[in-house]
Amino acid sequence: MHEHELHRLIASVKTGDLSRRDFVRRMIAVGLTAPMATQMLDYCGVAKAQAASAYKPNKRGGGGALKVLWWQGATLLNPHFAVGTKDQEGSRIFYEPLAAWDADGELVPILAAEIPTRDNGGLAADGMSVTWKLKRNVKWHDGRPFTADDCVFNWEYASDPATAAVTIGSYKDVKVQKLDDYTVTVRFAKPTPFWADAFVGTRGMVIPRHLFADYKGEKSRDAPTNLKPVGTGPYKFADFKPGDLVRGEINADYHRENRPYFDSIEMKGGGDAISAARAVIQTGEYDYAWNMQVEDEILKRLEKGGKGVAVITAGGNIEHIQLNSTDPWTEVDGERSSLKTKHPILSDPAVRQALGMLIDRQSVEDHIYGRTGTATGNFVNNPQRFVSKATKWEFNVDKANQVLDAAGWKKGGDGIRSKDGKKLKFVFQTSINTPRQKTQAIVKQACQKAGIDLELKSVVASVFFSSDVANPDTYPHFYCDLQMYTTTMTEPDPEVFMRQFVSWEVASKDNKWQGRNITRWKSEDYDQAFRAAEGELDPVKRAALFIKMNELVVGDYAVIPVVYRPRVAAISSKLQAPLSGWDNDMWLLADWYREA
Amino acid sequence: MDGSTPASPSLEATKAPARRRRSTSLALEAWRRFRRHRLALAGAVILLLMILAIVFGPSLWPVAINDIDFKARLEGPSWGHPFGTDDLGQDLLARMLYGGRISLAVGLAAMAFAIVVGTLIGAIAGMSRGWVGSALMWLTDLFLSLPQLPLLLLVIYLFRDFLKSLFGAEGGVFILIVAVIGGLRWMPVARLVRAQFLSLREKEFVEAARALGASKSRQVVRHILPNALGPVIVAGTIDVAAAIIAESTLSFLGLGFPPDIPTWGRILFDAKDYLDIAPYWAMFPGAAIFLAVLSINFVGDGLRDALDPRKVM
Amino acid sequence: MGSYLLRRLLIAVPSLLGISVVLFTVLALAPGDPFEELATNPAVPPEVRTALRIKFGLDDPVLVRYVHWLIAMLGGDWGFSFVSRVDVGTLIMQRLPTTLFVIGCSQLLAILIALPVGIYAATRPYSFFDQVANTLAFIGFSLPTFFTGLLFILLFSITLDWLPFVYRSDISATGWHWVLEYARQAIMPISVLALFQAASLTRYVRSAMLDVIRLDYVTTARAKGLAERVVIVKHVVRNALIPVVTLVALQLPAVFGGAIVTEQIFRIPGIGSLLISSILANDTPVVMAVTFVFACLVVLFNLIADILYGWLDPRITFA
Repeated sequence: MHEHELHRLIASVKTGDLSRRDFVRRMIAVGLTAPMATQMLDYCGVAKAQAASAYKPNKRGGGGALKVLWWQGATLLNPHFAVGTKDQEGSRIFYEPLAAWDADGELVPILAAEIPTRDNGGLAADGMSVTWKLKRNVKWHDGRPFTADDCVFNWEYASDPATAAVTIGSYKDVKVQKLDDYTVTVRFAKPTPFWADAFVGTRGMVIPRHLFADYKGEKSRDAPTNLKPVGTGPYKFADFKPGDLVRGEINADYHRENRPYFDSIEMKGGGDAISAARAVIQTGEYDYAWNMQVEDEILKRLEKGGKGVAVITAGGNIEHIQLNSTDPWTEVDGERSSLKTKHPILSDPAVRQALGMLIDRQSVEDHIYGRTGTATGNFVNNPQRFVSKATKWEFNVDKANQVLDAAGWKKGGDGIRSKDGKKLKFVFQTSINTPRQKTQAIVKQACQKAGIDLELKSVVASVFFSSDVANPDTYPHFYCDLQMYTTTMTEPDPEVFMRQFVSWEVASKDNKWQGRNITRWKSEDYDQAFRAAEGELDPVKRAALFIKMNELVVGDYAVIPVVYRPRVAAISSKLQAPLSGWDNDMWLLADWYREA
Repeated sequence: MDGSTPASPSLEATKAPARRRRSTSLALEAWRRFRRHRLALAGAVILLLMILAIVFGPSLWPVAINDIDFKARLEGPSWGHPFGTDDLGQDLLARMLYGGRISLAVGLAAMAFAIVVGTLIGAIAGMSRGWVGSALMWLTDLFLSLPQLPLLLLVIYLFRDFLKSLFGAEGGVFILIVAVIGGLRWMPVARLVRAQFLSLREKEFVEAARALGASKSRQVVRHILPNALGPVIVAGTIDVAAAIIAESTLSFLGLGFPPDIPTWGRILFDAKDYLDIAPYWAMFPGAAIFLAVLSINFVGDGLRDALDPRKVM
Repeated sequence: MGSYLLRRLLIAVPSLLGISVVLFTVLALAPGDPFEELATNPAVPPEVRTALRIKFGLDDPVLVRYVHWLIAMLGGDWGFSFVSRVDVGTLIMQRLPTTLFVIGCSQLLAILIALPVGIYAATRPYSFFDQVANTLAFIGFSLPTFFTGLLFILLFSITLDWLPFVYRSDISATGWHWVLEYARQAIMPISVLALFQAASLTRYVRSAMLDVIRLDYVTTARAKGLAERVVIVKHVVRNALIPVVTLVALQLPAVFGGAIVTEQIFRIPGIGSLLISSILANDTPVVMAVTFVFACLVVLFNLIADILYGWLDPRITFA
């Protein structure tokens, strides 16, 4: 990456010598992608034209009912309590953030009048604050105006530990001030390159002050509005049955013209993913279904009927196998997988390397995930500006055998290799989920051919992913040699995502296994790079740091990436719904319409 | 009913020889009756064939159960794969044969467990007129109302590693599964047996036996229990089917066998999403469970008829 | 009889209390917590989960939590759901009507099928009718409901396109149209459940009938010259009903508890699907409330069954 060259080009876009489009084209030519290029321009204060909307209807309403299926129904409708995406989606029908992320990882103003940039004075040069200008004439569903007070209130509400809001992480380290009725400033404690967190996207939905002011802190649960949301969104609340049904009716005062198209929306919950896919793609009973965790084989068969399709939206979620750096079978000071130990076998780089070659990612992609999971050698796979081009992966049993032979691991009579009395035997755990069990089977077979014996273990998801300190089967305990699951990347910026490999985040008994570093892998180079990226305001340098971090993690086989998993939705052929991998499916619900 | 055996304090000692003498002739008589029950005989033959198949089948059809072959995925029955293949190209015949061992063993063992425990508790509760009966019925009610899923999770959490270390990976899991399935299915049997007992213990022939000085256990074993067996046998056969299916759900809780080990219930569960693409995949395990249940039922019917002294054949 | 009833009801109180202790302990000790989805999302700081655990009292000793629960429950407060932060009572009341309707109908249908089929089959053992009925019954309980449900969907919804397979609690139509729509969506789940239950019930009825039909007093009744119909209905069925009553009493609490698998397949917003999603999410207050009500019903129906035994067979004593 030639930094000088880049800065020169950006300067020429600024002065008008080079068009925005040409800049992007050149960037693509040198191996970058459009989102990366545009983000650079944004940071450097180059204004962009608002993307033309594909929304066609020229009047509000008249579209009938929109019927969507969420196979896990929304269980609550307060975005600050939204435990899972299903709850965020239910809230998103009624509530909106200041800005949302589109499919390219770009910010789109929703309740904000414009996206803050260096140019319009929204972003401070020192990275210490961001100022949002709010859209005027936005009304809550009960007719009260939406103002800066509401934003300040949301910050107070969410950052109060007594409220027990799930969004606290986005609000607790910032200060929000009202400048005037339609301007708020978010102040950071330290220079913050990634400023678009509070009030943006999934955790940025704004709730009305006048209805929640009395229910801050301890009393948060008693707010009647928790169950009967009053927001600014395109649909007004009509009915809610937790886990089953959310119903909304058209908001005739919606702040964007000609929207929404549908007269009502019905979000039905429950059931399983496959039958949801059937109801949309095969019978057309429903218009849209969320999160199709269904084998691609089945989706393809269903699509033959022609009533609907599966739509794939790129995101950053990665299915990966973690290699335990510590010894899970020796107890030290009351915990296994303690930092004070080293894994007796996996600490051998040859074994790690061999395992890397024994994961048949291509088959996993081809025969299990299909379009819903792409084989990859990277941990960070999106947005493109953070993706390493240098990493490689291969599936090669012979080579794995050679590597193990060379390292002195000899096959015994039972076909299993051993060295110094230690056998190449591992326990490989994951949560219970059909594709995961199939992936386990594929990995086990390849390992068998290389003289490695895997014992497969599967744990119920609700236990595996729980924060139960006492249960040894949870993923942060990592009381086994290998484990596999998906980490989600919810923002188009990898800072939070990459925190899971820094040495001070190691999960241990001391922090009740709340640390984010599950593999217990530690590297000084990595820690340094991460610290540097946290304060780096130059997006190009920052991206380079993250690319380096990814290469460190993958190069040392701290984890073996398997497939990165885009989002999959089932959509009726007639429905037009702009989706984004960086925000909720309903991030732009107002723009959904049905073609005649 | 002969009252010639005197009621004695050391009941077991005096009773044993007498019973052995009688039961030989009774068993012969029962076998004679059983043979004449055509369906029961057919059921026994089918069951025997299935057991032979799963015991010797894997050596006659030596295809690995977990041999993944993507080139041959979702193939229908052919000479190479008589039962077809699943979505990873694994041979279904081999998986069925291997899985049958587990499924039948689990089904029969769990049934036996449920029947024995249920009959025992039901019988004691049915005979007792004091607090023992109430306590046992309380226990039954408790088990009936326990939510099974959290209980199972708790059991895994508490006992899996312990049993594994005690009986080895497979043995431990087997014991756990049988105990769990049996332990959650004995309650209907107990209630059925108790209900039968409440009615039967007042019947004339029991009263007669009582009047002749038959001890309580003799009344139960000789007189009441044989007459209460009808519903028990039906419950037993239904339990076999339920246990085979329950085993498949257990592996989805991480309680069953490791996920790469096939069982009939599990193959059926895996096949359900491909029902319209590869119906044969579901057909074979479904048919196997059905055949097993059918034959066990016929054997059960035959047994009941054979053991029923009133039935004239 | 009256004093017996009173005594049984009085015994029921401590026994329910005991059951509640066991239930609560099992739920409290069972692993997992309701914050599964927060786990894989790196944007949510782990402290959030710790704070939520403390707020919900998940880290308190079991005994303390039980006493809290018991006191609140006696005051009519069932607690609130960790997951949806709604009162448990509200949640249950939202789900109850659907479950009562669907599961109730299927139980009724199962009994209506099983009684006549079982009785008729038993009067002609090993006849053609008996063989067909038996075979169907075996198929019925050999196939799990997740399988038959799917089979029904594939056949009636997808291939034939006759019936919808998503059960909606908010049909917008009114009047007769509403009834029609409601019936259409309820047909499949009700029949799937009814067939499964009818299968085993038929076997029990037949077996109980066969046991009784051979007894001497039946022969006596026949010998007296009573019509076969009278013999069967008046003498045999009444005595054969005891195991059948037991089974129905065992199954009736399920009318409240819902049928988990079937509700899941057809997306019926009933208690069963509430229970399973609460269990999977470790939403203990909901699970506790549902199972405790279920336990009360189990105890109640078993009491009713006991009383029915006495009516069916007057010789039965409960001294």
